[in-house]
Amino acid sequence: MMGTNMITAMQAMAMFDYDFMRLAFLAAALVSVIAGPVGYFLVLRGQTFAGHALAHVGFAGATGAVLLGLPPVAGLLALTLAAGFGMGMFGEKLASRDVAIGLVLAASLGLGLLFLHFFTTSATQATALLFGNILAITSAGLITLAVISAVCLLVLLLISKRLLFASLQPELAAAKGVKLKQVGIIFMLLVALATAACSQILGVLLVFALMVGPGATALRFSLSPMKGMILAALLALGESWGGLMLAYATDWPVSFWITALSLLAYFAVILFEAIGFQDERA
Amino acid sequence: MIANTEASVVFDKVSLALGGREILHAISFAIGKSEFVGLLGANGAGKTTLLRAMLGVLPIAAGRIEVLGENSRMGNPAIGYMPQARSSLAGSRLRGWDIVASTVGGERLGLPLQGADVRRKVDRALGLVEATDLARRPFADLSGGEKQRVLLAQALVDEPRLLLLDEPLLNLDPGQQRNVVELVKHLRDELALPVIFSSHELNPLLGAIDRVLYLGHGAAAIGPVDEVITAPILSKLYDAPIEVHKVNGRIFVTSGDIEVEREAHRHDDGHEHDHSHAGHGHV
Repeated sequence: MMGTNMITAMQAMAMFDYDFMRLAFLAAALVSVIAGPVGYFLVLRGQTFAGHALAHVGFAGATGAVLLGLPPVAGLLALTLAAGFGMGMFGEKLASRDVAIGLVLAASLGLGLLFLHFFTTSATQATALLFGNILAITSAGLITLAVISAVCLLVLLLISKRLLFASLQPELAAAKGVKLKQVGIIFMLLVALATAACSQILGVLLVFALMVGPGATALRFSLSPMKGMILAALLALGESWGGLMLAYATDWPVSFWITALSLLAYFAVILFEAIGFQDERA
Repeated sequence: MIANTEASVVFDKVSLALGGREILHAISFAIGKSEFVGLLGANGAGKTTLLRAMLGVLPIAAGRIEVLGENSRMGNPAIGYMPQARSSLAGSRLRGWDIVASTVGGERLGLPLQGADVRRKVDRALGLVEATDLARRPFADLSGGEKQRVLLAQALVDEPRLLLLDEPLLNLDPGQQRNVVELVKHLRDELALPVIFSSHELNPLLGAIDRVLYLGHGAAAIGPVDEVITAPILSKLYDAPIEVHKVNGRIFVTSGDIEVEREAHRHDDGHEHDHSHAGHGHV
């Protein structure tokens, strides 16, 4: 038994012999530390759909950039930021227009498909954009992620107290002089950045797993907001690193494992709560 | 100009408008140093609008509002405010304690850290409304009355000298309504705070409030319940023939065969809610 454990541990350590694995672990960490806390606020504000929507819009940006001979991440960032700003500006009015939003999302993916059609017939590129390919992260890509992460964390460091107040009690915050629209726009720009970073590893279709899963799970623990944000980041880190390890062990796609772990973590907490609640009653 | 040093709130010929439509026209009244005032009126009569003007969130179309000796201004820390209950907050898994804490200096930059100063303020406010134990539970798990208790603590956290409460009785059963009114009266007595308490219904407030401020058709009437809740005054405010019936210490206001307050209550969620958002460019 002992021997088997030793071998598994050594085999596990061997994954760090590969450059792409080291890069992947670093990329996952950079994305997780922002996806967790930003997602925490997305859930708190009831805007989880926004994260999903921004990623779809980003797909058109990424493929459009490829068509123009630019790096996909540049187009992705440009379009998610623009859409994030628009959502922040018109957020309250857009919120009830679910049909309009749904159609815009579908059209964004459609537009992305069209761009791909003009550029290449390769399905690999499309698959990577849609479902992520963390193992293909380059050191240049890592630097981009590091910059996005640093900007996000800095902004969060500055506004999270005000954002929390504005999210929980908007009328009260407005009475204290908080500019709700300004806070809303800054937050949506944060979501745009985090979504763009997240789609680098999970693909535009799966960002929900890392953007929303850890935040939603962390909120179930009823911790203080500061601890909740930290827990969300740790959960995101656990899920993305866990996904990488399991992918290494099974040779199944990393994105599959991350989405599965995200779902498991959320359901585990819900189940635990249900059992705990029954105990309390008994 | 009214120069009244005994007043906590003075409205001097104040007109308020929402999206170009005048809601209140040239109303004047003064509220005493530790008076408990019930703010009544039909939906859309301007209860929330009036409170938002006192908070400085809604600009004044004409006239002057004096709050605690100075012109109404946004961010006045001397005003404790309890907005209408929000459904988004109702489902929050955060503990009541953390929701109250988010208010303390919530407008500032930085991380939501809970230092000794924050903890002291939150514990004090929760102690005042006897919600210390309730506040340890997730907000979503509290009953309607318990939630209002915690939100009342939130209004008290900055040690205000004036309390503005917007519809604290909304969606509460009669027992919970009584508890909330008694608690507010107790707070007023204990802290000698003036309180303006808006409500659709008069009866839960009877016996607790000192005076009633009744809004309707752009006008306002203020005075003891017996003087304001009368057929001539309410007929004017509703612009319709109103009858006032007193049965077993309760008051029923009817127009034709419709009971006015009950009718107003039925439309709670749509109309008044629109008003609370009107300031953000909704209209």
